[in-house]
Amino acid sequence: MKGFEPQIVAFCCLNCAYSAADLAGSMRRQYAPNVRIIEIPCTGAIDQRVLLQTFEEGADGVFVAGCLEGDCRYQVGNIRAKKRVKALQKILDETGLGGERLEMFNLSAAMGNRFAEIADEMTRRIRCLGPSPLRRK
Amino acid sequence: MIIAEQKPLAEIAGFIKDCERVLVAGCGGCVTVCLSGGEKEAEILASALRIKRRIEGRPLETVTYTAPRQCDPEFIEAMENVVREVDAVISLACGVGPQYLAERYPDLPVYPAQNTKFAGGSRAHGVWEEYCGLCGDCILHRTGGICPVIRCPKSILNGPCGGSQKGKCEIDRDLDCAWQLIYDRLKRLGRLDLLKEVAPLKDWSKARDGGPRRVIREDVMI
Repeated sequence: MKGFEPQIVAFCCLNCAYSAADLAGSMRRQYAPNVRIIEIPCTGAIDQRVLLQTFEEGADGVFVAGCLEGDCRYQVGNIRAKKRVKALQKILDETGLGGERLEMFNLSAAMGNRFAEIADEMTRRIRCLGPSPLRRK
Repeated sequence: MIIAEQKPLAEIAGFIKDCERVLVAGCGGCVTVCLSGGEKEAEILASALRIKRRIEGRPLETVTYTAPRQCDPEFIEAMENVVREVDAVISLACGVGPQYLAERYPDLPVYPAQNTKFAGGSRAHGVWEEYCGLCGDCILHRTGGICPVIRCPKSILNGPCGGSQKGKCEIDRDLDCAWQLIYDRLKRLGRLDLLKEVAPLKDWSKARDGGPRRVIREDVMI
């Protein structure tokens, strides 16, 4: 869609993805400026209601980024988050908004490049989907 | 506890298609414990309904309120101020809640958001199983604490049927034969003699066959 700049909110675990985003910056790695990052203590702490609220407030896409599987500081927080994101994708499909606007990614604090790739990948995906119908005019 | 499972969103949205403002009423009892109708689930459902309706171009306003229980009149009474401002109520309680609400607020449409499944318990996180048939005349003292009424698909009361093979039930090879479990347990307890007792005929009038049931206890009446 011409002129459409997606607004994407990323909920990033402070032990991995948030540091990876920091590293991407330190590396001067360019990535899509459409991603707004919110630091969370662990992806296992993310509440489905907060993710829904983010969409209701007008985000075009949302992603949750946690540690690599097996590397969660709290053992299984990222595994729980994965299940919760999957359940929420189903709800988003039922609402008509579409579960593909929400995604979960796993990466380590050393993966600055991967964070940039994720930001680009998600931005491309949302650009193809178009603006959220809930976006405030 | 009572185990319930939420209806599909489209079905719930269909109930309230003509409403502009609804109360999504959670219940702090059994459905909170089985993670299908408590405060959190009520807020998620409300949000999903709002999103669906905004996309359809007919925005919906929601109010959420979670009563400590929807199966006691005083908690239904406490919802009066919220109920006054809405076109309909969606109840996330078991089948009791919508009926209590409908009785207390006769002019207000009340819709169920749940399919009430059974009386049971959790086997693991996210897994619930049926354990009580609510037959009104418990015989667990004779069956080693294993209920043949509900855990045997045929509710047989006098031993296994011909479909019991290697401890499994013929309807599902993953399902334990209730009578095998009963036998094994009584053997372990040294109480196989209980199986030789001639049990009186079960009085099914104490179950659903006798119509809706009522318990009255004058000692706790105020």
